[in-house]
Amino acid sequence: MLRVQDQERFAMDDMRSENVQEPYTRHLLHYYDGTSRYVLIKDEEVPFPEGKLIVSRTDMQGVITHCNQAFVDMSGYAEEELIGQPHYILRHPDMPKAAFKDAWETVAQGIKWHGYVKNLRKDGRYYWVYATIILNVRNGQPISCTSVRRKPSRSQVDACIKLYAQMKQEEEQSHALCNDR
Amino acid sequence: MRYVMTVSPDFAPDRIAGWYIFNTWLQRQLGEHIHLELYPDFASQREAINNDEIDLIYANPYDAAMLVREKGFTAIATPGNISDEAIIAVAAASPIQRVEDLRPGTRIAATDDPDVNLISMIMLEPADLSIQNVEIQTVDTYVLVAKRLLQGKADAGFFLKEAFAGLSGMIQRQLRQLVHSEIYVIRHVLLAGPRLQGHLNDLQELLPAMPADAKGKGVLASMGLQRWELQDQEDTEFMIDLMDTLVD
Repeated sequence: MLRVQDQERFAMDDMRSENVQEPYTRHLLHYYDGTSRYVLIKDEEVPFPEGKLIVSRTDMQGVITHCNQAFVDMSGYAEEELIGQPHYILRHPDMPKAAFKDAWETVAQGIKWHGYVKNLRKDGRYYWVYATIILNVRNGQPISCTSVRRKPSRSQVDACIKLYAQMKQEEEQSHALCNDR
Repeated sequence: MRYVMTVSPDFAPDRIAGWYIFNTWLQRQLGEHIHLELYPDFASQREAINNDEIDLIYANPYDAAMLVREKGFTAIATPGNISDEAIIAVAAASPIQRVEDLRPGTRIAATDDPDVNLISMIMLEPADLSIQNVEIQTVDTYVLVAKRLLQGKADAGFFLKEAFAGLSGMIQRQLRQLVHSEIYVIRHVLLAGPRLQGHLNDLQELLPAMPADAKGKGVLASMGLQRWELQDQEDTEFMIDLMDTLVD
């Protein structure tokens, strides 16, 4: 199991306005573990650094245990702010929940997952990546996950912008329907 | 017992003597007979690995997964401060200014160096290029990659960073780097096979101590290395996992 349902998790702090230049919008994000926080969003993309790979490793609960300098640089957080935090610290509200559900379910089966992801920086800006996640297996036991992000194709990102917007809309409609019942 | 050592075929040609010197030094240190077998290409080296003919290998990271996970090799050390980085270059006069200017059908000159080709193909992804829609021209050496660019027979070339730096100034001036990798964690690694497990501790003691000894320092210099850094199995497993994410 990749997700810990029975552990109490402390919610991350809301994003702070002093880290994000205006104008920005404020969104409440609900995470799979039942926690939520407010994030501040700027409509400004940061280009993926040429020739680099963004690498991180999480434990089986999705908590960041290792990240490389490119990860630190692109996230806008200091390394010590990232280690020990859930990977969803980078979750952008434009990403549909179904994309992450698919990723975790795929990886949990020991299958490599690829996908395009819009990530949220500490300063509210965003960056697109082409991400690959694999399960790290040692002595037959899954012990962690490695995620490597590389520079994405622009045409694929443009396709995903449309697809994710549609998926988000469907998720919101479904959520509204459920709440009406 | 007679052991066989080999070196990833992408080593710089001017370091051949250095590897023979290292082999001689190692035989004296371990008191064992070790034959250095150099293969002209990756395919013939992999065949020897598959036939269990190899006991000690300075391996390309691309092959590390197979060696560790299928052949039971153990990581010993990596060369200090040297990571495998790739450069994609074009002729200096080429109209191509950035990777995204490259189009399907691009003619690419490359060697058979698997990790350089893997990293370089990843750097082409932003242009929607893959092995399916480019024309790869495989040549024997990086000098020949450069030659094809200069002759206009290829639009872009894949280079190991060290090999690009080793090209003559005259050739380098006629080429232009389009993009270079900065990955840092993909490295060649010295691996010991199952028959050499009894000497693992010896190797782990001898190799890091080389720079402290005048003779050892000279041997390292002849191979173009400054030092060996011990690599534990988890470091190697991590690199293999990382390589795994890059291979489709």
